[in-house]
Amino acid sequence: MTALTRGSARPNQWLRNLNAKIASIPMILTAVVIFLGGTIWTVVYSFTNSKLLPRLSFVGLDQYERLWAAPRWIISIQNLAVYGFFSLIFSLVIGFVLAALMDQKIRFENTFRTIMLYPFALSFIVTGLVWQWLLNPQFGIQSIVRSLGWTSFSFDPLYNADIVIYGILIAALWQGTGLVMCLMLAGLRGIDEDIWKAARVDGIPMWKTYVLIIIPMMRGVFITTLVIIASGIVKVYDLVVAQTSGGPGIASEVPAKYVYDYMFLAQNLGQGFAASTMMLVTVAIIIVPWAYLEFGGGRKRG
Amino acid sequence: MDKIASNSMVSAYDASPDRLAAGPRGRKPRRRLSRRNIIIYGTLIVVSLYYLLPLYVMIMTSLKGMPEIRVGNIFAPPLEITFEPWVKAWAEACTGLNCDGLSRGFWNSVRITVPSTIISIAVASVNGYALANWRFKGADLFFTILIIGAFIPYQVMIYPIVIVLREMGVYGTLTGLVIVHTIFGMPILTLLFRNYFAGLPEELFKAARVDGAGFWTIYFKIMLPMSLPIFVVAMILQVTGIWNDFLFGVVFTRPEYYPMTVQLNNIVNSVQGVKEYNVNMAATILTGAVPLVVYFVSGRLFVRGIAAGAVKG
Repeated sequence: MTALTRGSARPNQWLRNLNAKIASIPMILTAVVIFLGGTIWTVVYSFTNSKLLPRLSFVGLDQYERLWAAPRWIISIQNLAVYGFFSLIFSLVIGFVLAALMDQKIRFENTFRTIMLYPFALSFIVTGLVWQWLLNPQFGIQSIVRSLGWTSFSFDPLYNADIVIYGILIAALWQGTGLVMCLMLAGLRGIDEDIWKAARVDGIPMWKTYVLIIIPMMRGVFITTLVIIASGIVKVYDLVVAQTSGGPGIASEVPAKYVYDYMFLAQNLGQGFAASTMMLVTVAIIIVPWAYLEFGGGRKRG
Repeated sequence: MDKIASNSMVSAYDASPDRLAAGPRGRKPRRRLSRRNIIIYGTLIVVSLYYLLPLYVMIMTSLKGMPEIRVGNIFAPPLEITFEPWVKAWAEACTGLNCDGLSRGFWNSVRITVPSTIISIAVASVNGYALANWRFKGADLFFTILIIGAFIPYQVMIYPIVIVLREMGVYGTLTGLVIVHTIFGMPILTLLFRNYFAGLPEELFKAARVDGAGFWTIYFKIMLPMSLPIFVVAMILQVTGIWNDFLFGVVFTRPEYYPMTVQLNNIVNSVQGVKEYNVNMAATILTGAVPLVVYFVSGRLFVRGIAAGAVKG
């Protein structure tokens, strides 16, 4: 359709709109060189045996075999799965329930929102260190409960390899649920008041209205929230570094930390590249179906 | 709910006709302590306490002396308030061999955050403007790559960036880190500005074009003055995001340029020496203070920023 205009090419095709093109150079460089080029570079070098410096001597899938044979990587993946599963469930449920409560035309809405969202403004390092202190078995919550008389009470997730990932989860939920609540609240506010009126006229109980009518209507908000939480989960790094440094032992390692440690501390670049490529694959598994639903799939929306 | 409705109905019938004509006055009558309200406010208050608890404990701990911490309860307010931990955290706390406290990290973070924020916003706003008003062939493709790139884990792109920065001779310097923040701020900021500029009335742009204004004239004379709110939103987003960054700071700078978050982590999680929990908590509050101030001052704009960043992303 545009063939006609394209056919009659003007002499200065490249100079047209020159300023816009110049202004877009940073974006083009970022998109092409860093995002696209960098990603391809890392994937390619994940098939080499680069150690201290990147070298192009291909070894096939060696790095990946070594990766999946490494106990530390397996633990990282397990941790990510547990952490990811629970943080998705809990942040969606808690976020939605809080948003529903906030949507009851309550007073002091701003105050409540400010309180729930402030942790989100903090760095993961700050969050991790605060919760490290609160969960300190010698001084923190455990010792308080014990001093109240329950002497056998035990709550030391950061020092217990079996449950350390839940200790991190608590901190992550503290920081992140406020954001989910805000997104959900925005979604709830976007729902037509008439729907509520109609449901009330029909005598449908409130919880049923939420489950059967409102939540299905908020499908879009739920999906975007899901994608935001999920892509945050894969990146989790700072929080673990601050809270446990991966310990006790290697019990709370996560993939992002594995990548960093192999690239910059263990001087084993090939492993780092292979691990980061696996992270990329994980994200692709989350993002591609969503992008397809949202932007592809025959444009069902609207 | 039903009860409240019928209550107000009854009172409406009771009212004399002339008052009815004047319409309802004052607040809608409501029972303050209905079961429903107790549940709602009760839950919200308990939840709020949970969110506030860490902040409270941080402040209390930072105001106590070490002897009091060893014997006491972390929730108890200090018996004797001391500001020594704060002074120590700011000026004396050690990371490795350096014992000049968090102040060094603070100033590093300032020197990183200010230029990164300004440059990334300048670049992204011009970019978003070009995308919204001066579309050229291929622009959408690059933009799509940029947005998809926002979802790629940083770990995938870190090493290639190290190489690029090393080739440019800025690896390990503040300049290098500023470049990195500009790169990774670009997807979200460009999206933010593109959507905002695309929402402005097109007639304005066309009228300026007819009058002979060019790319930069329209940007500086029309777009910029009309978009101050979105610049503030972008600034909030960037200042908090860059200040809170840890990964880029640790990867792309040398120890003498470490931002505050990295230095904080090194101070608190250092293995040598006696753990001084009060100093650690004072240091933690100091590091969290800047984004918290931004958050409390900006209020609704902060919410708008993250919503714009999140929902449209």
